[in-house]
Amino acid sequence: MKRLIGIALAALVVAATPALALTELTFYYPIAVGGPLTKVVDNLVAGFEKEHPDVRVHAIYAGNYDDARIKALAALKAGQPAQMSVLFSIDLYELLEQDAIVAFDDIGADKTWLQSFYPALMANGTYKGKVYGIPFQRSTIVMYWNKDAFKEAGLDPEKAPATWDEMAKMAAKLVKKDAGGNLARWGVMVPSTGYAYWMFQAFARENGQDLMNRDGNQTNFANPEVISALQYWRDLGAKYKVMPEGTVEWGTLRQNFTEGKTAIMWHTTGNLTAVKESAKFPFGVAMLPASKQRGSPTGGGNWYIFKKSTPAERKAALAFIQWITSPERTAEWSIATGYVATRADAYETPKLKEYVTGFPQAAVARDQLKFATPELSTFQTGRVRKALDDAIQAALTGGKAPAEALKAAQQEAERLLKPYR
Amino acid sequence: MRHVYGWLLLTPAAILLVAFTHYPAVATLAESFFSTGTAVRPSRFVGLGNYAALLGDPIFTQVLLNNFWFALGTIPTSIALAMLMAAWVNGALPGRALVRLAYFTPTVLPMIAVANLWLYFYTPQIGLLDKVTALFGAGSHNWLGNPDTVMGCLVAMTIWKEAGFFMIFYLAALQALPPELGEAARIEGASRWYFFRRVTFPLLMPTTLFVLVNATINSFKLVDHLFILTKGGPDNASNLLLYYIYQTAFSFFDTSYAATLTVVLLALLGAFALVQFQLIERRVHYR
Repeated sequence: MKRLIGIALAALVVAATPALALTELTFYYPIAVGGPLTKVVDNLVAGFEKEHPDVRVHAIYAGNYDDARIKALAALKAGQPAQMSVLFSIDLYELLEQDAIVAFDDIGADKTWLQSFYPALMANGTYKGKVYGIPFQRSTIVMYWNKDAFKEAGLDPEKAPATWDEMAKMAAKLVKKDAGGNLARWGVMVPSTGYAYWMFQAFARENGQDLMNRDGNQTNFANPEVISALQYWRDLGAKYKVMPEGTVEWGTLRQNFTEGKTAIMWHTTGNLTAVKESAKFPFGVAMLPASKQRGSPTGGGNWYIFKKSTPAERKAALAFIQWITSPERTAEWSIATGYVATRADAYETPKLKEYVTGFPQAAVARDQLKFATPELSTFQTGRVRKALDDAIQAALTGGKAPAEALKAAQQEAERLLKPYR
Repeated sequence: MRHVYGWLLLTPAAILLVAFTHYPAVATLAESFFSTGTAVRPSRFVGLGNYAALLGDPIFTQVLLNNFWFALGTIPTSIALAMLMAAWVNGALPGRALVRLAYFTPTVLPMIAVANLWLYFYTPQIGLLDKVTALFGAGSHNWLGNPDTVMGCLVAMTIWKEAGFFMIFYLAALQALPPELGEAARIEGASRWYFFRRVTFPLLMPTTLFVLVNATINSFKLVDHLFILTKGGPDNASNLLLYYIYQTAFSFFDTSYAATLTVVLLALLGAFALVQFQLIERRVHYR
């Protein structure tokens, strides 16, 4: 009898455990910059689990942004549970079309929390007034310049070009030829392989024009400001002769800069730490120069919560995302990666304040956020982006005139986006 | 009973073949007749609509043309080079094993590694190629950023990668040739070129056929380097059919159109193989 009671009691205990049981969360995340970042993420997750013993979080590293999206969507289709993920901020429309994500407003996220992030970073995650993506690993384009080269060319090494005219003129002085008349150093390089559309957004924005509307179903590729922006980019190579003609490779540009083969480069802030470690000369980081205004697109990854999840899981996922985007965690993440801290109060934390004082270059991306525009993202985003990429490369290699190339891209985008209006 | 036994032995291989080769091929063909579905717009039957879209797609025309030039650039040269290298390392040569190894090394490297290597050869100014040409006073050249030179760069790299692999087959074939033939030719006073043209080359035909089929398939199959080197750019100047299929499926998420392109690729490769076996078989001397 006693034994029976013992068994019954044990059974009760077992049955009662689920009441305090674990909520299990799984998320995928991509890494697009160098460094041992998986370790940083694992530490963050461990920190959260310590504070929330009732939630267990599995973080799965999933390669680059494309891989992460493919893996997360495949897992959802296969019925494998992933309740949230870090995915490309511009995957929003694709995820909406797959009906894969829920709005943070609809699962009880606090309005003041949603408003605590920089508005420029929220644009890519917002659709029809609702927030679907919370900014996490975000970047912008900045201008790196070689102070030694500036000195050598008789320019003020502490002053970066602030306008397009200035950049073209200063770059002309920075071009250096060797004794044989061959080019030893270019004035400026802007990469045009891989992410040509992203770089081009900066030119267009600076010239006063955004490339798409906020509902993701209209593009402005053939707008006169956009055409003259591409003309300026082309002229840097073809007319001013301060940049190589043809396309400039994204992957090797950093080496070109650190080897002193170009005096100025435009690149993502994500490269800041790598440049800091490999440049043997003093370098500066500045906002991109203005034509009618300053401007740069944002880039990077957002947090999404998937529709296929229970209310308890959504609650836990929301708690996790709120925790990992808190000012303290955001500051840690920004220092470890070079990404922009996603909220103003993170820059008020002692940690990040101290870091920025010692390395003021880290604050340039933040200051530029007030001029930032969301990264190009529309319905059918892959095709629209490729149409624009092809147009840019056609113009830069001299295959087509900028106006002709952009008109063709606009036509293609019109055809693709018409059904979404 | 023996009948059943035979089928049982075949089953494991048959299951694998059906599950991973034949079923996907048929499913691809079926999918090419439907539109790509999303949660919002379900997939529907469009008949030959995807194929009609193919005809109006300028990028498709361009990647086909690119593929043609890529094949024409890589296949004859790498086969000729492979034959030459094999003939050389087949003879008595000091350090023969080392030379053979050197020729074969590019084959062992993964294509992605090769592409990363060559990316730094081709990089303007700091790349190896520009450093070498600078010694002769030439200026820097934007090899991969210029639509006129990019395809040539890819072709050169692919030949470097492939020729060593084909050399192994020719080497094996050369070693299997009976030495009496050479002795007889020497007695008859045939020149070396005459001997090669009339004896060696015809006897190597089965190997050449095999290599040709493989090289043709490879010229459609090898696209790993595009991910690293050019991503198909500038303006599709180096885009190839298979890479375009990848872009369509995983960047545009247009799986049906990707399936349509895949059907075209399969049909092309099937047709090539058929023509090669039919035409060249007649000129091949099997022993």
